[in-house]
Amino acid sequence: MTAFTVNGRAVDVSAGDDTPLLDVLRNHLGLKGSKFGCGLEQCGSCMVLIDGAPEKSCGKALSTVAGKSVLTIEGLGTPEAPHPLQTAFLDEQAGQCGYCLPGILISAKALLDKNPTPSRREIALALDDNICRCGSHIRILKAVERAAVIMRTGR
Amino acid sequence: MNDVIIPPLLQANPRLDQWVRFAAPGRVTVSTGRVEIGQGVLTAMRQIAADELNVSPERIDLQTGDTDLTPNEGYTAGSQSIQYGGVALRLACAEVKRLLLDAAAARLQAPRGELAVSDGAITRAGVPTGRDYWSLAPTVDLGRQATASVPPKSARSEIGRSAPRVDLASKVFGEPAFMHDMTADGMMHARVVRQPRRTATIASLDEAAIHRAGKGQVEIVRDGNFVAILGSDETIVDAAAAVAPGHVSWDGIDAINPGQEEARWLLQQPSIDRNLGPEPVDPAPGQARYEASFTRMHIAHASIGPSSALALYKDGHLTVWSHTQGVYPLKAALARSLKLDPAHISVKHMQGPGCYGHNGADDAAADAAVVALRRPGVPIRVRWRREEEFGFEPVSPAMLTTVRATLDDKGRPVDWTTEIWSGRHSSRPGGGGNLLAAEALPNPPPAPPPADPPESNGGGGTRNGEPLYAFPAKRIIHHLVAETPVRTSSLRGLGATINVFAIESAMDELAERAGMDPVEYRLSVLADPRATAVVAHAAKMAGWQPGLPVGSGKGYGIGFAMYKNRAAYCAVVAEVEVDEAVRVNTIWCAADGGLIINPDGALNQLEGGVIQGISWALKEGVRLDHAGISSRDWESYPVLRFSEVPEVFCELVGADADLPPLGIGEASGGPTVAAIGNAVAHALGARLRDLPLSRERVMDALLKA
Repeated sequence: MTAFTVNGRAVDVSAGDDTPLLDVLRNHLGLKGSKFGCGLEQCGSCMVLIDGAPEKSCGKALSTVAGKSVLTIEGLGTPEAPHPLQTAFLDEQAGQCGYCLPGILISAKALLDKNPTPSRREIALALDDNICRCGSHIRILKAVERAAVIMRTGR
Repeated sequence: MNDVIIPPLLQANPRLDQWVRFAAPGRVTVSTGRVEIGQGVLTAMRQIAADELNVSPERIDLQTGDTDLTPNEGYTAGSQSIQYGGVALRLACAEVKRLLLDAAAARLQAPRGELAVSDGAITRAGVPTGRDYWSLAPTVDLGRQATASVPPKSARSEIGRSAPRVDLASKVFGEPAFMHDMTADGMMHARVVRQPRRTATIASLDEAAIHRAGKGQVEIVRDGNFVAILGSDETIVDAAAAVAPGHVSWDGIDAINPGQEEARWLLQQPSIDRNLGPEPVDPAPGQARYEASFTRMHIAHASIGPSSALALYKDGHLTVWSHTQGVYPLKAALARSLKLDPAHISVKHMQGPGCYGHNGADDAAADAAVVALRRPGVPIRVRWRREEEFGFEPVSPAMLTTVRATLDDKGRPVDWTTEIWSGRHSSRPGGGGNLLAAEALPNPPPAPPPADPPESNGGGGTRNGEPLYAFPAKRIIHHLVAETPVRTSSLRGLGATINVFAIESAMDELAERAGMDPVEYRLSVLADPRATAVVAHAAKMAGWQPGLPVGSGKGYGIGFAMYKNRAAYCAVVAEVEVDEAVRVNTIWCAADGGLIINPDGALNQLEGGVIQGISWALKEGVRLDHAGISSRDWESYPVLRFSEVPEVFCELVGADADLPPLGIGEASGGPTVAAIGNAVAHALGARLRDLPLSRERVMDALLKA
């Protein structure tokens, strides 16, 4: 059994130590928000925060998160209480197929937690580990800028 | 009335209740055969129905892509959903509203002309009548044939509004919105050990080794050369599948030539040859001529999520959930491949990651179905591995396009030939192709004969091969190359991408020879005023300046096309800087798509096409080795990343409500690639004719210059 915290909830998971965290989230905990894209830590679809740092969950063994705190897209916000990033992504209609968005939102949160006033270039570099194949990049960059404003000013 | 033409989609799905039903009080069920593939079609179809029926969009329950429930509209492809599917839905809605108003008029003994509809309620001179769609619907037979005789209304409420995407919130909140997120009680996970080539047969299979890799918790399903690994724990199944290819040896694999990465090999292949247009004529002695050839490599769809499907065979009925682009063609292909009665198959669309054409989705569905038939009652989920998606999805064929022109004394073409060499652009299971699983099962189907989408459907290799410019004589010579080293099929734009790149590169070279500015030159040979307006608008957006120095390292270029010569008009201007590599700084894009259902949705599609076009132009090309596709991850098949994305400005021009809608989803890719090619030539003072415009090719050009 491996004990850790997901989205503020303590969990105890019975799975092999080398089980990828992504599989634990999706299959053992039913949290389908984090996506499988490559399993090679190359595309960022599976991005989660581990103790606040963005990590590709497809390449993190379960044993490495024992005692740690994991945040997934499901813990970012809800339709009733959206995170400013989620509000901003909807305001900017930042997405096409949407498969990459959970990972991108998590990477963006990691950035804004560290840097509340990022430049467009800093946002782009922070999202470089995330692939968007549909070409929604411009809207996504604008949405992160907008979220930063919302977080600073409350609107 | 005699002049009414019933659109083909209404002819194929003629009952009005195939499109619109009033099943529950206050609700309207609208069915469309089109499916959401990230392009926003759910939102647009809802707007069309709400507008035409005069109901609020919130009342509409949309059914899409389900062989038990929705019209058969073939594939959601080719930028045709709004242009054809939307038009059919709109006509059906207009007729349904008219029938219900007729019923209301009879009940109320009022002239129909005095009645109107407000959110489904019938009003007379603005006053509620107590009647509404839901009380009237049981009295009207909507099972009748559509006549397409009721024109859509001209005053619009929903159409033309930038309604937010109905499906986006669920994705932003991480809800299980995708095929890949679907689960079922008792579900098992399957992974296929792929047959390397359609002719390959298993020489030996070390089942014990696979069982060991699966910790004794996997089963092996084998039939002929079809091998699947099956288990309840996805992690264990994945681990076994990752090593399984090393435990199978195959016979009947002919090595391919990795040199076929690049397109020049196409010239030496047997091909089916056609001349579309006037017979070629020899230029008169002394007449100025132009000729140049352009190539591109195979391109991958490279969906962000590998293909997935779920299948259940229960009580003699096979149900398949899939992110296919065509539920009906997939159903037919499954029936054919698995020797099942189509009446005993249902295919239901689930949303998937963006596909941009025929990728692995249909094959994954067949994989799941084959396993499900052998495990009745057990839901079987398949999710391809990343290397499987890159290695086995059909790719867009490598192409070579040669432009030849003879010129008048002002340097304008009087005779134009676009000669095209390409593998096939369709091997969809409903377009003459085989499902991969079927090729591995006993008694595999024969190799699909070479075929390409017909010109009546926009063509495949020939797509946009004919320039829109008003030249006196234009022809396409098409060489459909029969044998390709890897399976090829449709990708967003099909042949248009390279053909527009070739034609627009030639236009710039011809402008230079004529001593004219590229924009001015194009405007001098465009006869269609909508085309002229789009080119002029893009130039204006970019602040286009004629006469900027050539070879300065910074360059501007323009590209233009009307997609398929019958969908949206699109012009793109690119600003680039080139040192050792190409950096795109800014893209300006103008498009005319006629009646726009959802302006923000249309802009989103244009932007996506621009960014995908930049990625194709600068980075993309499938790598081959002797065994097949060797670029099987995102490092060997790089695509554009966030830090490489330029500023992109897109605008809609001439959105005239009196003009029919023109498909816009694939309009911007070709012009973007062309604009970048021209901008790079301007920046370098030397032209690169082979895509992608990678660092290696730029260095090569600089060394030669």
